[in-house]
Amino acid sequence: MTQTIGPGQSKAAIPVPEKVVVSLIVNGVARELQLAPWTTLLDALRDHLDLTGTKKGCDHGQCGACTVLVDGRRINSCLTLAIMKDGAKVTTIEGLATNGALHALQQAFMDHDAFQCGYCTPGQICSAAGLMAEGKAKTADEIRELMSGNICRCGAYPNIVAAIQQAMEQS
Amino acid sequence: MIDFQYARANDVADAVRLIAADPGAKLIAGGTNLIDLMKEDVERPTRLIDITRLPLNSVEETADGGWRIGALVPNSDLAYHPLIAARYPMLASAILAGASAQLRNMASTGGNLLQRTRCYYFYDTATPCNKREPGSGCSAIAGLNRMHAILGTSEACIATHPSDMCVALAALDAKVHVTGPAEERAIAFSEFHRLPGDTPQRDTNLQPDEIVTAVELPARGFAENYTYLKIRDRLSYAFALISVAAALELEGDAIKEARLALGGVAHKPWRDPAAEAALRGQSANQSTFARAADLLLRDAKGFEHNAFKVDLAHRAIVRALTQAAAGTPQSQSDKKIR
Repeated sequence: MTQTIGPGQSKAAIPVPEKVVVSLIVNGVARELQLAPWTTLLDALRDHLDLTGTKKGCDHGQCGACTVLVDGRRINSCLTLAIMKDGAKVTTIEGLATNGALHALQQAFMDHDAFQCGYCTPGQICSAAGLMAEGKAKTADEIRELMSGNICRCGAYPNIVAAIQQAMEQS
Repeated sequence: MIDFQYARANDVADAVRLIAADPGAKLIAGGTNLIDLMKEDVERPTRLIDITRLPLNSVEETADGGWRIGALVPNSDLAYHPLIAARYPMLASAILAGASAQLRNMASTGGNLLQRTRCYYFYDTATPCNKREPGSGCSAIAGLNRMHAILGTSEACIATHPSDMCVALAALDAKVHVTGPAEERAIAFSEFHRLPGDTPQRDTNLQPDEIVTAVELPARGFAENYTYLKIRDRLSYAFALISVAAALELEGDAIKEARLALGGVAHKPWRDPAAEAALRGQSANQSTFARAADLLLRDAKGFEHNAFKVDLAHRAIVRALTQAAAGTPQSQSDKKIR
């Protein structure tokens, strides 16, 4: 059985962006969206759910600013089609704090001044949350290597590593 | 991004039927390369067939003691799979040398094989490129070719295959299982990717109506004496200038079996039976390793900006074989090359 969703069959005609229903659980809240198939998860979050904490940097998977957690795993939301994640649980920077208390990583980034301009920070923190859940990084070298998908053009890396180490020690 | 239709395949037969019915369609799994190329207007599929819900997500032992990896197993899950890490650590190391943690969480086993070159001109639709637009010419041969091939090039294309994982799979003599409308077949890894010749638009010998279902590893995993050494312009999250997958089976000081594959140097992972034959039966020392490197690179030819890769490859091969023989594989987090 095949489900076909999309614009009309004629390839000559300019396709009409026929929208489809995509269900996501975003930061614990069930959301139903009407999206064109080519809408990335990043654009769905920012433009359709007004969750603008997740940043669009390069939009090509090279900078990590768009990092979110999907079903607990960190991914680049700019290279993910929202329609392909129908039914998934998505956690963004807006969903990390619980009951008004900052996530340990958010507090640690402030404690260590782990940013300058702050544009990469939501992606850094979501990526670090994924890193902690994976449990593969123990040393500073391992943190650096497994955080290499998040670029900080201000060069706050030493403080980012220190912040992640603090959060790892607390958890 | 371009407009396209979207279909979700429910089983392998469904995916094959959908891909066979529409020459403009593309399969999508992790999407890390395809969506990027669609944003760049390099790939223009009229329909995407989402295969992420197919049951191809397991790692299972085969009857002869090897392992069969489902095409949808994410790169990170494969690298961290306890049995793969224990039995095939060279494969795990190669996977962890590539991309970023986020991309490895997304990228599939099958998709890693099918990713396309990162040649700048392939990506730049304002320039000629025989791979993107057959017959238009190659901009890299007389252009910026620092990251390009030094082996197996043609007058039509000097692009490299970008994968790290595939270099280890080539060295391990993996097989690629594919399913088409008429049959299932297994393709030897060395026969899966192609040299550019005069058809650089074809990266692999996969037919347009076939789907990769699994990668099979033979029982021999070289878990004692191996390395994956990757040389690149920054320490992490960059494509290889040169990478070496080296695996040995030793009896005392004597090399019983050897595997040697290079990445970043050709349109496919580069192996040469003569180089491996030159290692077998010899004692594991620097002159043996240098002879193997000479043989593996005997036809190497650099271009204006990448001629340095020939020497770099030679030294990387000798170093990798030294690491493998010593049982001290390259760490993918401590970047010091010892």
